[in-house]
Amino acid sequence: MPDGATNTGIGASVKRVEDKRFLTGKGNYVDDINRPGQTYAYILRSPHAHAKINSIDTSAAKSASGVVAVFTGEDMQVGSIPCGWQVDSADGTPMREPGHPALAQGKVRYVGDQVAIVIADTLDQAKDAAEKINVDYTPLKAVVDLRDALADTTLVHDEIETNISYDWAIGDKAEVDAVFDGAAHVTKMDIVNNRLIPNAMEPRAAIGDFDRASGEYTLYTTTQNPHVIRLLMGAFVLSIPEHKLRVVAPDVGGGFGSKIFHYAEEAITTWAAGQIARPIKWTAERSESFITDAHGRDHLSHAELALDANGKFLGLRVETAANMGAYLSTFASAVPTYLHATLLAGVYTTPVIYCNIKAVFTNTVPVDAYRGAGRPEASYLLERLVDRAARETGLDQVDIRRRNFIPSDAFPYQTPVALAYDSGDYEATLSSALKLAEVDGFAARKAEAAGRGKKRGLGYSTYIEACGVAPSAVAGALGARAGLYESAEVRVHPTGSVTVFTGSHSHGQGHETTFAQLVSDQLGIPIENVDISHGDTGKVQFGMGTYGSRSLAVGGEAIVKATDKIISKAKKIAAHVLEASAEDIEFAGGNFTVAGTDRSMAFGEVALTAYVPHNFPHEELEPGLDETAFYDPANFTFPGGCHICEVEVDPDTGTVEVVSFTAVDDVGRVINPMIVEGQVHGGVAQGIGQALLEGCSYDEDGQLLTGSFMDYAMPRAHNLPSFKVATEETLCAHNSLGVKGCGEVGAIGSPPAVINAVVDALADMGVTDVAMPATPQTVWRAIQTAKS
Amino acid sequence: MKSELTVNGRKIELDVEPRMSLLDALRDELGLVGTHAGCEHGVCGACTVIADGEAVRACLILAVQADGLDITTIEGLAPARGELSVLQDSFCETHALQCGYCTSGFLLAATVLLRRTENPSRAEIERAISGNLCRCTGYTQIIEAIELAAERLGHRNTNEPEGAA
Repeated sequence: MPDGATNTGIGASVKRVEDKRFLTGKGNYVDDINRPGQTYAYILRSPHAHAKINSIDTSAAKSASGVVAVFTGEDMQVGSIPCGWQVDSADGTPMREPGHPALAQGKVRYVGDQVAIVIADTLDQAKDAAEKINVDYTPLKAVVDLRDALADTTLVHDEIETNISYDWAIGDKAEVDAVFDGAAHVTKMDIVNNRLIPNAMEPRAAIGDFDRASGEYTLYTTTQNPHVIRLLMGAFVLSIPEHKLRVVAPDVGGGFGSKIFHYAEEAITTWAAGQIARPIKWTAERSESFITDAHGRDHLSHAELALDANGKFLGLRVETAANMGAYLSTFASAVPTYLHATLLAGVYTTPVIYCNIKAVFTNTVPVDAYRGAGRPEASYLLERLVDRAARETGLDQVDIRRRNFIPSDAFPYQTPVALAYDSGDYEATLSSALKLAEVDGFAARKAEAAGRGKKRGLGYSTYIEACGVAPSAVAGALGARAGLYESAEVRVHPTGSVTVFTGSHSHGQGHETTFAQLVSDQLGIPIENVDISHGDTGKVQFGMGTYGSRSLAVGGEAIVKATDKIISKAKKIAAHVLEASAEDIEFAGGNFTVAGTDRSMAFGEVALTAYVPHNFPHEELEPGLDETAFYDPANFTFPGGCHICEVEVDPDTGTVEVVSFTAVDDVGRVINPMIVEGQVHGGVAQGIGQALLEGCSYDEDGQLLTGSFMDYAMPRAHNLPSFKVATEETLCAHNSLGVKGCGEVGAIGSPPAVINAVVDALADMGVTDVAMPATPQTVWRAIQTAKS
Repeated sequence: MKSELTVNGRKIELDVEPRMSLLDALRDELGLVGTHAGCEHGVCGACTVIADGEAVRACLILAVQADGLDITTIEGLAPARGELSVLQDSFCETHALQCGYCTSGFLLAATVLLRRTENPSRAEIERAISGNLCRCTGYTQIIEAIELAAERLGHRNTNEPEGAA
């Protein structure tokens, strides 16, 4: 804890205030909510990856027991589900955005695509009735593999005459090519970033409700950003004005990006509730989650790094095909471009970079942001390439990174790929990680492992990420169709307790604790007197929600702006009562004091004066103490750090064991170290999951082969080591808290550290690459291939 | 079909369709929504309850099969209203939960472990929670919580940690 900090203020590991309800089963998730007169929905989905719908006969279903209504795409003629970011191709043409219907219109384009909704008094009745729907399909050839889709022989969307949504580029290709021509060494790699299924433990759910008397719709939904859903669904899909549409995201059981997006089921249940004037509950079964939650990653890249004779990076060129799935999901178009290509400088001084991105439709579930979103793909590509370059040039893994780090005195640092880093110290996180990981003792550990027949390896990743996408004006110029600020209202109650309304949303991150610490610290009041409210558009002012590690860096800063306004007004009120000038009022420890005197008012007394304004500066101020702020950051924030992974590989079976994982991250100022540690652990666990276990697999007809927890390997307790984590602080230069964000660092930094460690372990057997997930079979094959 | 069971110390008579799972009966018939559906195929452990002293998945038992069983759900874990068990408190202490969705299942699985094993090793803890998935924490802090609870229960020097765990 820093000097001067209280035991509940900034820097303290305050126990989470939200825990008690979760520990006692009192959480309030969407599926826990039941509305009077509620009906239940089952959504009939396409069994085909690509098919023409000739006809749908719902007559038997409609007359089945308990059925209230059945609707198909023919009934639901509404707007298309929108994509939130327009990306233009390099030739200036806008991306191709085929219509994305909530209920299929004449065609289905992936297994799981919505075909009909059956609404009944009970869920069993709805499911039974759905069996009676007769859909006449003509199956069409599906295009599943990215390479096949690029060939354009089978089209996902006939009307756009190609599978490529956009062909985008950043950087000057001719300039980069020239650098390669003169390079002493060029390292080349084909790199696959494996497709993942997010699998938040709470399946998605939605309850649509319609009040016939007021004409108001309410949607309870498992989302990370209720206002964004209200805007997208209300304005673009259903044409419901926002004052007649309330979106509630209560406790949400994990998101990891997959609950950012506006999903068809939200629109279908809301629209259908209006049709039948009864509440409708839909809850995904896990097998539905697998085939409808947006998947993550799925990049196919060719990357080349040019180096001079001293191992300095001269240039980088990258060609990436990014799988979009069947439709453009909410943020899908931004992920491979503005969240991936712009991160390719990493923590290095590479002077010129060119990256081309082709966004490609396939007959698979839409692909969108998943923890890290684009940045894990960038860090994996870059750190695998750097690892390979070191091996090819004979440089030490640490040395090659040090030779190319952006030095700590070079900030602000303009990269060649648009971003300008504000602060960082990559040597500090590296040297701290080297100590924590006890790298000095590695050679002895490797020798000891060899004695047991095991191959031990050490892998590094020095990575950067960009959080809190901003500012709105720049994002808008780059195609974002929304602002990227955050809002906060700090409502001081008459007796001095405070409710904070934040436009961000907590689905595990602990906002109710971290933000309360912040406000307690700013206003000098006990943390018990602060309540954090979020997740209900009926209560909270418009806000942009939680993703991209933005809650504290953007949402927290909005809270500070609002508390600054509170303090400023409170000083004037105190000055009036204490008969001093506002400039002479000092605020510390929750007391407003006339400088140099013992005349003072407590925060609660000022609050009461504001609401019982008998002795009050009416000519200057309005009564009340309630302030709102919107904060639009000047820049992204740039957390970064060093992850070191140590593995043991059994060369006979290909089994990889992570024996130690060290993460030293710079996430800026830390408000609650315990929560930050938890965020890093969780991110690293997902990163190790991607590297060693998780791989989404389709067959050539577009059937998902990994459609259950029996087939898709999620990390379990015995798969993961205890993590060694620490932080190094450089402060963000453009927010007053100095915070950067910590939600994604683990998932961004860790996968290349793991794979680099596996490659290191097997390097003396001739293995130069191992694909993710590095399952025993994959590793064993890599060993056999190297042998032969 | 009717079945009689005990849930959190109360005798309950259910009259449900034969195909209804114990999980759905707990949530929809009894309003005990602290037991969560995570996969409905017995692989994630989110719906873990204690049945006659064993940690079982409520999604894999039909409600009618629970006839005669003594069930404890998350709502019955705390020693008294407004209090937390030693294990629940340890989960808060070590930050063993984030979104909270899988938490009830872990608490009930670990409760059974601590009733049987006074000082579980890390391997024993990993085995006891190997049927439970958590997507948020990376498990380290969950294991620490169970270790902390074991330590605290041990320090109490009581022969009967059952009720307290």
